[in-house]
Amino acid sequence: MQAKNYFVGAAFALLAGGMAHSAVAQDIKIGEINSYSLLPAFTEPYRKGWQLAVEEVNAAGGINGKKLVVISKDDGGKPADAQTAANELVSSEGVAMLTGTFLSNIGLAVSDFANQKKVFFLAAEPLTDAITWSKGNKYTFRLRPSNYMQAAMLVEAASKLPAKRWATIAPNYEYGQSAVAVFKKLMSEKRPDIQWVDEQWPPQGKIDAGPVVQAVAAANPEAILNVTFGADLVKLVREGNTRGLFKGREVVSFLTGEPEYLDPLKDETPEGWIVTGYPWYSIKTPEHDAFLKAYQAKYNDYPRLGSIVGYQTIKSAAAILAKAGSSDPEKLIAAAEGLSVPSPFGEITFRKIDHQSTLGAYVGKTALKDGKGVMVDSSYKKGADYLPGDAEVEKLRPKD
Amino acid sequence: MAFYVVQFLTGLASAASLFLVASGLSIIFGVTRIVNFAHGAFYMIGAYIAFTLTERLSGAFGFWGSIVLAALAVALIGVLVEMVLLRRIYHAPELFQLLATFGLTLMVEDLVVLIWGPDDLVGRRAPGFKGAIDFFGQNIPSYDLFLIALGPVVLGILWLLFQRTRWGVLVRAATQDRDMVAALGVNQKWLFTSVFAVGVFLAALGGALQIPRDAVHHAMDLRIIVEVFVVVVIGGLGSIVGAFVAAVLVSELNAFGILIFPKISIILVFLVMAVVLIVRPWGLFGKPEAPARKTPGLTVNPWRPLTSNERLAALAALIIAATLPLFAGNYLLTVGSEIAIFVIFAVSLHFLMSVGGLASFGHAAYFGLGAYGVAFLAKMAGLPMIVCLLLGPLLGCMGAAVFGFFAVQLSGVYFAMLTLAFAQIVWSIAFQWVSVTGGDNGILGVWPEKWAASPSNFYWLALGVAALVTIALRAMVFSPFGYALRATRDSLLRTEAIGINAKRIQWTAFVIAGTTAGIGGALFAYLKGSVFPDNLGISLSVDALVMVLLGGVETVSGAVIGAIVYKALNIWLVSQTDLSKLVLGGFIMLIVVVFPKGIVGMLEMLAQRRRKSSPPGSPLLAKPIESAE
Repeated sequence: MQAKNYFVGAAFALLAGGMAHSAVAQDIKIGEINSYSLLPAFTEPYRKGWQLAVEEVNAAGGINGKKLVVISKDDGGKPADAQTAANELVSSEGVAMLTGTFLSNIGLAVSDFANQKKVFFLAAEPLTDAITWSKGNKYTFRLRPSNYMQAAMLVEAASKLPAKRWATIAPNYEYGQSAVAVFKKLMSEKRPDIQWVDEQWPPQGKIDAGPVVQAVAAANPEAILNVTFGADLVKLVREGNTRGLFKGREVVSFLTGEPEYLDPLKDETPEGWIVTGYPWYSIKTPEHDAFLKAYQAKYNDYPRLGSIVGYQTIKSAAAILAKAGSSDPEKLIAAAEGLSVPSPFGEITFRKIDHQSTLGAYVGKTALKDGKGVMVDSSYKKGADYLPGDAEVEKLRPKD
Repeated sequence: MAFYVVQFLTGLASAASLFLVASGLSIIFGVTRIVNFAHGAFYMIGAYIAFTLTERLSGAFGFWGSIVLAALAVALIGVLVEMVLLRRIYHAPELFQLLATFGLTLMVEDLVVLIWGPDDLVGRRAPGFKGAIDFFGQNIPSYDLFLIALGPVVLGILWLLFQRTRWGVLVRAATQDRDMVAALGVNQKWLFTSVFAVGVFLAALGGALQIPRDAVHHAMDLRIIVEVFVVVVIGGLGSIVGAFVAAVLVSELNAFGILIFPKISIILVFLVMAVVLIVRPWGLFGKPEAPARKTPGLTVNPWRPLTSNERLAALAALIIAATLPLFAGNYLLTVGSEIAIFVIFAVSLHFLMSVGGLASFGHAAYFGLGAYGVAFLAKMAGLPMIVCLLLGPLLGCMGAAVFGFFAVQLSGVYFAMLTLAFAQIVWSIAFQWVSVTGGDNGILGVWPEKWAASPSNFYWLALGVAALVTIALRAMVFSPFGYALRATRDSLLRTEAIGINAKRIQWTAFVIAGTTAGIGGALFAYLKGSVFPDNLGISLSVDALVMVLLGGVETVSGAVIGAIVYKALNIWLVSQTDLSKLVLGGFIMLIVVVFPKGIVGMLEMLAQRRRKSSPPGSPLLAKPIESAE
């Protein structure tokens, strides 16, 4: 909340009818939107991440000598409010670009806004494939590995399992639906012998875990795909542990290795799940060491995946702005397409073909260590290796 | 076979948790008539406090002691809230207390994050109930068995409390006729306080008992509150047994429903409620509400059309609003458009609530249907904007015609809950029918055509439509139809006795309100360029309700002011602070206490007093205030 002092100026701008935005013309401004009040567990570390990045960028001389300022807004988890915020950032704050968003529908709403108003938008979190493919547009780029990419990473490991009878549990909204759809499609391609014996679709945030666990167990699958996260995951794991659902069954799970979702499980962490995530404690690369040291020095806390996303969003945005040397959206697009930037996970590239970054994810297994959940046997999967071929991407994406 | 038994038991365990919370809500509503929106918040605080206590106190005694202690602590908070806040507003118009508890809920959601941090918290398992019991190869968690036993025990205790104690007799009497209880010399204040405390205690106990199986987090309240309301209404308001049966019914239908339709959970409770209310208008165990003694019309200043001076003042206000593009930037203009659209939305609900006496909890359905109507026409049929704007609201009109027909057969809170059920059914269709509606990713790219694309033109469009709608609805209030509608509100029996077809009048009003909301939604789709299931969601319905109550439900067009104040404040706060809910909630509670008749209602009352005390020659002072109507 340190950035709030700045908003006194924003309040003035609002009162003055939005005419005050030339007051700090020397700074380069980025407008950032996220669901701070709705999803604090993810967005608090995320905010810390981007604040660290801003500090680093400015300590290194800013963007071509100009100071970088990030103006951050809360969208309360509502697409309509995100658009109001985007409009404020663009119309009265005069930001050079928009970044952020977590939920897929909010990412899409802001992306559509960016397309309509011709503003550069770097989506940070939203996982939906639509944002770069079926509803992609030339103003929108996306940092995080998409649903498709994470599914492909998990399928690589899952297809090696002997299990033939699979059940799925996923939250009943777009993210869960498309995660299951992609996973099933890629999995059945590699393993035509697989049977899908049950699927459960609890409402997001409202899982009635007991009956769901019973229903899955009744179908007697050999392996389970889980897409729930957050509080739903906690309930599912607790019921599943008590009722022995995971005993003798393989489980493949989206996002569960992220500290945001793994840490709350504490000593109830189920062992041996194949997950995507972020094992910050076992990554030994110079890039990540530098990030980890800086983060821990500043916050006296360990990073979550949100921290990486926030940090890398602003680092990438700064690199794009520096290369473009202008805040003209067309020049920003030209600068971003094909741009390679360093990241705590190694170098990533914003692909020209679909504006997806090649940031990857770690895939590993869950384990219990000193009463806490950790990821073991993890390895980094480069995003570039888990995207479909160019010809297929061109078919998926509408022409600009 | 063993599987079905275990699934049944699992459903019972879910029912027990639901029942604890629902019984508290039912008792509170039965006696105080407060629609306690904060019930979920108390449930959540119960869980948080219990989490903190169980982490500190160890052992079996520590754990169970913590659970009870947490519930008692929250009950104490409930007593404070009742004495400081609610006592001041029992005599405010019906549903006004909803506003206070809504404000409280907003504040609590931010407060728990400030106090306990943003992370999901996972509490300890209950000592002695950690494992599962084998039942013919199926595992039943022993904690589930504990909950299954607890449900009937609590039901039994409550039954004894109500049937065998003097306090219980008073509570039952007050549930049936609280005016009579007051007339007989019972100290109502303490009766209400104690009932509120018991209700809150049950909510907090329900929350605390979730610790061994759930995660404690800041959205727990929303997850349960609507469901609990539904359970209470299915069971029949004020009926504890009803709440128990309804909780079992809903939980079992869910437990077995997901075996056949895995996606049923999202809508099940609302489907059940809609069916139950259509078949049994007062819930399974409820009794018809006694006819109200006080006619609302008596508490209100008699309505009258604006005088010509006031008309001029309103026109002047409109002209001033229309000059905004001369000095405001694009952002302010877009905010202005949004506020104008919400004025349309709020006055449409206000028409239904204040003139018709029908409070809808699902008014966003018709707003959203209007928005989807536009999106379908623009994206699929490719029709021009003006045609879309004219035809889009028809979807809202049709929705209102169908649902309104069923809804107006009921009254009071049952009417409200049936509209909520319908709204949720529409929402879930928009949410699930991905191939047509795009699911929760919505329909994108519904942008206005060139002539309306500039923020100032769109602002003028929205402002113009808002003004027209407000004038049209006002004119309707003072038309014969409006008088007939007011008659149905004030006394249904007398209305029918003089030969007015009350249900038809109410139905017509419902369709008018729904269509008007659809007009707002149609404009909203173009303002945002996209349509999402959010546009039909509960939170939007609640927003509309808050706007109407804030403006003053007993005024002719207080909702205009309510919408402007609430929406402007909301947008501004969200932009300024991450703690917008805390500030907004505090502000709403302040308004509730200072303006118990709503902003415009209070201003009118002041103006009325001044008029009475000042000589008839100088009514000038009151003018600017009343023009705000």
